Amino acid sequence: MWIGLLLVAVVVGSILFHMFSPWWWTPIASNWGYIDTTLVITFWITGAVFAAVVLFMAYCVFRFRHKEGRVAAYEPENKKLELWLTIITGIGVAAMLAPGLIVWGQFVTVPDEATEVEVVAAQWQWSYRLPGEDGKLGQADNRLISGDNPLGIDPRDPNGADDVVVEADDLHLPIDKPVHVLLRSIDVLHDFYVPEFRAKMDMVPGSITYFWFTPTRTGEFEVLCAELCGVGHGIMRGFVLIDSEEDYQVWLSEQSTYSDLAGDPTESGETKLASQ
Amino acid sequence: MVDVPTPLPPDVPPAEVPEVELYHAKSYWTKYIFAQDAKVIAIQYSCTAIAIGLVALVLSWLMRLQLGFPDLFDFITPEAYYQFVTMHGMIMVVYLLTALFLGGFGNYLIPLMVGARDMVFPYVNMLSFWVYLLAVLVLVASFFVPGGPTGAGWTLYPPQAILSGTPGSAEGDLGIILMLVSLILFIIGFTMGGLNYVVTVLQGRARGMTLMRMPLTVWGIFTATVMALLAFPALLVASVMMLFDRLLGTSFFMPSLVEFGEQLQYGGGSPILFQHLFWFFGHPEVYIVALPAFGIVSDLISVHARKNIFGYRMMVWAIVGIGALSFIVWAHHMYVSGMHPYFGFFFATTTLIIAIPTAIKVYNWVLTLWRGDIHLTIPMLFALGFIVTFVNGGLTGLFLGNVVVDVPLSDTMFVVAHFHMVMGVAPIMVIMGAIYHWYPKMTGRMYNEAMGQFHFWVTFVGAYAIFFPMHYVGLVGVPRRYPELGDPAFVTQSVDGLNAFISLAAFAVGFAQIVFLFNIYWSLRNGRDAGGNPWRATTLEWQTADTPPGHGNFGDELPVVYRWAYDYSVPGAPEDFIAQNDPTPVSQAEPT
Repeated sequence: MWIGLLLVAVVVGSILFHMFSPWWWTPIASNWGYIDTTLVITFWITGAVFAAVVLFMAYCVFRFRHKEGRVAAYEPENKKLELWLTIITGIGVAAMLAPGLIVWGQFVTVPDEATEVEVVAAQWQWSYRLPGEDGKLGQADNRLISGDNPLGIDPRDPNGADDVVVEADDLHLPIDKPVHVLLRSIDVLHDFYVPEFRAKMDMVPGSITYFWFTPTRTGEFEVLCAELCGVGHGIMRGFVLIDSEEDYQVWLSEQSTYSDLAGDPTESGETKLASQ
Repeated sequence: MVDVPTPLPPDVPPAEVPEVELYHAKSYWTKYIFAQDAKVIAIQYSCTAIAIGLVALVLSWLMRLQLGFPDLFDFITPEAYYQFVTMHGMIMVVYLLTALFLGGFGNYLIPLMVGARDMVFPYVNMLSFWVYLLAVLVLVASFFVPGGPTGAGWTLYPPQAILSGTPGSAEGDLGIILMLVSLILFIIGFTMGGLNYVVTVLQGRARGMTLMRMPLTVWGIFTATVMALLAFPALLVASVMMLFDRLLGTSFFMPSLVEFGEQLQYGGGSPILFQHLFWFFGHPEVYIVALPAFGIVSDLISVHARKNIFGYRMMVWAIVGIGALSFIVWAHHMYVSGMHPYFGFFFATTTLIIAIPTAIKVYNWVLTLWRGDIHLTIPMLFALGFIVTFVNGGLTGLFLGNVVVDVPLSDTMFVVAHFHMVMGVAPIMVIMGAIYHWYPKMTGRMYNEAMGQFHFWVTFVGAYAIFFPMHYVGLVGVPRRYPELGDPAFVTQSVDGLNAFISLAAFAVGFAQIVFLFNIYWSLRNGRDAGGNPWRATTLEWQTADTPPGHGNFGDELPVVYRWAYDYSVPGAPEDFIAQNDPTPVSQAEPT
């Protein structure tokens, strides 16, 4: 008896909590509104199924609980009913999967006009590299990392000389320009996570991973690490600032390039390689 | 409606081989300590699993103290917090849930339910428990070594798991080594038991016990064991390789990397390869825990609703189908791992397909309630609690399985809430229900009803109050494995109050488990005499000559099986159940 009321209370309570509690996702600041839409579709479908199943159970408990003289029905199978339930479930699943896969297709297809930005993670700080005037990032390798080359940029690659290096500082990006975020780690797994952008991806030492997004709102957004990376995981924070184009250019002009930092990159780099 | 009369009497093949006399233990030591009786081994497994589970419970309290009331407890440093997280997760998944369902319920129920005198290899079965105990002791030892237990997270992802930035993995620390050694031991011990369960089900059944007459409990445990035998080897090789990376300096999972400014001697290994191996084990593991729960709960619902399980054959095929499918969905744990993005299309599709047989199981449970004669006993209450929490946790799996929806949610508290609901709370509901259900058979006594009611209500309401709101903490964007979030701008409405509430609910639920254990202990002496078949159930374990059953289970004569396990409320039968070994013909019988 009470259990029937409890089951109803679970459904009603869950729906009320969902609708009236103040906890919901943070306002989006990227183009990935589609992800939010797919998530909302999923909430509707799964919420309806949850309510239907639990309320049906509540009904059964009220209606068919043991009383003197009650006899249960004897019905081992009902092929027609089972078939219909399977078909309906299949349709529900397809209704969630189809938009999910379409949006995933967009998520993994980087538009040609996207500019590359590299994020480099280390225990426990964020660094960044922008391609400089030639629009190309130079090669990099963890084996080249040293005190004066913290990101491991290959000094023999001419594309790397003008790369803008932002070490352990905030990243700025211009609004409304798609960004191809290349992710690299110099030690353990990390994950570049900005809740407002909705997108995230692990960074794996030894390979370059990526995602892309277009910032749609100016402001300061906190970067967190979302893949356990040791004892400092919880304090591995940083900021991304989305600027207007003019503000971005001002910031960019104040940054140092790899050749600024390394002095004469060719020479020191060759010594470095020779010693390997 | 199937009402085809079967030929009478139902066919039972003649015995092919004469029965062999069992060797009975003669001393206290061989009867209760180095025991070869599956029922004693089951109780040894269960007590060990519950004991180590209590450690995990205390660890979860410590975590909730930190999350609910940050800054209040100085001894919970980030190092300690990560150690709590890691040990809690590993203990719950492997050393409690797997061991209790397979080593505990498997050992107790398989021989009794299929009508066998014991497991087919009793000596190996004994070794299985002792190796498991050794694995647990090695795990516990890691709390007492320099550096403490590992804090690498239960997923043990390299390179972090064996590098010095992680608690228990610094130079000279033993935590990670003991963790890996303990896992290797566990897998060895499990394999010895698992082979036993599979061979007993295939070769040790009583006459007339066809596969399609087996109770779903046996089907669930059997399928889960086959899966475990196929899945655990992946974890075994991953553990051995990581041990080599740590101890011998090999580079199976270690690429070139720089640790705190220093070039390490590793190079060429693949961190993602470890993740594939881990989840090739890890995802089937979810169903290794879930399938026994599915099987057991089917039987609890059927017995206590006095109605045959709805769609038995569909239920069997759903168990087998889920078991098979669960081997091709593992990378849905890795959508944001940096693996090739096109994998996402494949694994999202397989993952959502697995929802269909799972949904069929749920429908059949609730359709078994429909037009039943529902006795709201404690096992039934826990079965209902299971359905609610399992449906809830299963549905949030559709968020996380649907690749692009997973992107914002992965590694947030939403994931923590999801897997606790679906493979923590739901299977534990079944474990509780099953313990109440079979306690009268194991002890001959009935549990205390009032304590059982208290236990159910606090556990169910409390667990839902913990994990339902936790989804929304994750939806806000709060990442998992953060001992302290602080006050970042993306948290538009502070989750501190909600976290404190969740912690209080967690303490209440933990307390209720102590009442449960007290009930188990108290009723051993003070419970009323339960009789041999208090639930008026059909399956063979309730038809034994003695309660609790003695060594050899069935007294002088092995049972002969004439019908399926679900003849409840059969029209025309004198009672509302017909035992599986009852030869009396009735007009209606199992679906054929």
